[in-house]
Amino acid sequence: MAVSGFLQTVLLGAAVLFVGFAIVLAYRIVAGPTMQDRVIAVNGIGTNAVVVLALLAAALDQPGFLDVALVYGLLNFLMSIAISKFTVERGGVI
Amino acid sequence: MTITEVLIVALVAAGTFFGFVAVVGIIRLPDLYTRAHATSKSDTLGIVLTLGGVALVFGADIAVAKTVLLAAFLFVTNPTAAHAITRAAYDQGIAPWTTEGEE
Repeated sequence: MAVSGFLQTVLLGAAVLFVGFAIVLAYRIVAGPTMQDRVIAVNGIGTNAVVVLALLAAALDQPGFLDVALVYGLLNFLMSIAISKFTVERGGVI
Repeated sequence: MTITEVLIVALVAAGTFFGFVAVVGIIRLPDLYTRAHATSKSDTLGIVLTLGGVALVFGADIAVAKTVLLAAFLFVTNPTAAHAITRAAYDQGIAPWTTEGEE
């Protein structure tokens, strides 16, 4: 289903805003005092990227982007869990 | 504008607002645990609202199933990841921020 011009503008504008949020979150990666602050910021950027991909899939009428977003979300979650497991004793995180 | 378009615009606007709240929380709050609280609640709500708007755009299609799956997956995994990271930080001995010693 192709979207109308106004709706496409709204969806692309929201995608642009989420990209801006991701750029602002990069400040916490640079400045975060602990390693876990940086991991949380990277996790937030990853979830923002998933939302941007879904918004682009809707705005540009490309449902294939949703598959990319699903895989990106899975890898993002795996990254957070792996880092939190390898920074403490084995086991005992979840 | 149809009622569907109004709903889509409202959902996407609300999701963008909560994404903004999460970013403000991550930048401005004082320590790791409060920042994790901002990202695990505000960000998750913003994501689910925005993906609800995207699902309404697709109407009746297999893409709706994928979008709802994505929303449900992120709704579970985003707070879980934040919980795992903060628990790892607590096990490492990073002390939570308190107001003691500021008076």
